Amino acid sequence: MFPFNFEWIWDMGHAVFMGGLWYALTILGIGMTYCIIKAAIDASKEDGEHHH
Amino acid sequence: MDSALIPKGVKRCPLWQFLLFIGAVGIVLLWGVYAMLLCWFKGLNQTNMNDYYGFALWIWADLAVIAVGGGAFFTGLLRYIFGKDALKNIINYAVLIGFICYSSALLILAIDIGQPLRGWFIFWHANVHSMLTEVAFCLSCYFVVLTIEYIPLILENRQIDKVPFFHHLGHNMHEVMAVFAATGAFLSFFHQGSLGGVAGVLYGRPFAFREGIFIWPWTFFLFTWSAAACGPCFTILVTKITEKVTRKKLVKDVAIELLAKISGWMILTYTIAKAYDTWHWFTVTAPSKGFTLMDFYSNNPLYGIWMLVAEIGICGLIPAVILITDKGRKNSMTLWIAVILAVIGVCLNRWVMVLQVMAVPVMTFDQWVLYIPSWQEVATTILPVAYGIILVAISYRYLPVFPNEPELNPIEPLDKEETAVEPSVELEQELKPAEA
Repeated sequence: MFPFNFEWIWDMGHAVFMGGLWYALTILGIGMTYCIIKAAIDASKEDGEHHH
Repeated sequence: MDSALIPKGVKRCPLWQFLLFIGAVGIVLLWGVYAMLLCWFKGLNQTNMNDYYGFALWIWADLAVIAVGGGAFFTGLLRYIFGKDALKNIINYAVLIGFICYSSALLILAIDIGQPLRGWFIFWHANVHSMLTEVAFCLSCYFVVLTIEYIPLILENRQIDKVPFFHHLGHNMHEVMAVFAATGAFLSFFHQGSLGGVAGVLYGRPFAFREGIFIWPWTFFLFTWSAAACGPCFTILVTKITEKVTRKKLVKDVAIELLAKISGWMILTYTIAKAYDTWHWFTVTAPSKGFTLMDFYSNNPLYGIWMLVAEIGICGLIPAVILITDKGRKNSMTLWIAVILAVIGVCLNRWVMVLQVMAVPVMTFDQWVLYIPSWQEVATTILPVAYGIILVAISYRYLPVFPNEPELNPIEPLDKEETAVEPSVELEQELKPAEA
């Protein structure tokens, strides 16, 4: 559920529950994105070194 | 035939033997899948749940696998946050066991909700006043964490590791694993706790109701505590069973003993807290609602006072005393007894907090009602066990789950077709007969 959904109410319950959920998912998402992008860069660098 | 996929320096049984084993367990799995499909297509009338037992065998199994799967988050916390390096040799297996437990819990929930296609409703139409919503959120997120923790192990497979991108991905994920482990510990604390909190806030069920701090009843903290205490015992138990089945030593004693020691102290402190909570409940909380202790226990075989004695005394104090003593931990027999009792203890606790809560009469016209699960419920509860055995077998065969295995079980290079190994020079020098 997002704040723009009709069921959303600006209260403590929604802020804590949904905020906590999106906070956890954001950490996991950023962590994995970092790992994937860095792996792609590292792999392309390694590939480049092999060609040289 | 599959030798190119088997990790270096280890020996595995022939492929036909492996497939035969998977096939035998697969039959049990299919039985469970058949029962699951019956529940989905015909509905929850396939179960023996009724107005007394809205929560039944599945929810007990759910809480039990989540509790014993707590070994993953607690071992991860000890390894990555508190820096207990000795646990690096068992962390892979703890993660695998946790992954199996949590995927099983989600599978059981998917069957239990009856309408799995509406499973997403809990995220989109969330009831923010329910502890079960918190459980669903944290459980799902923690399963994502466990998947993230399990992926690097898959990427370490000999063939997958040859692909540069996957090699670097696995390496990078290891580097930031502390972030994922900390997130996992945070999520676990809340969902383990909220599962206990669900029982503790039931003011209409005086058997379960407890006071607490702010919005959290004491059961919230006791559930988290018991999962952190007994989860590692389940990890040790499964490791020991795997060692028996494979007839190999897979983890160094130092890792097992450290985990057992920490678990022992956790169980001891938990048992004291649980005993105090129980004493306060039957001397203060229950009388304030008009009940005495024996109103909550019956002479029937499922809900006698023996359960309280078994849970706190036999399955609480005994394993704690064994595991905190050096002799107890080092003796193989007493270690087995301790971890088995601890696992039974936490499962018994979840049984009491799910089933007995429902069974205790609360109205004047109520009576003790026993509940016998249908075969479909039993089959779908055994289903995750079969799934877990298969996943353990596949992971053990193709992934370097136990980093100590090559060192503890040096092998002799046999026929190239069968061995599938490339032993190092050091290993070749000290050849000992390998066990299959």
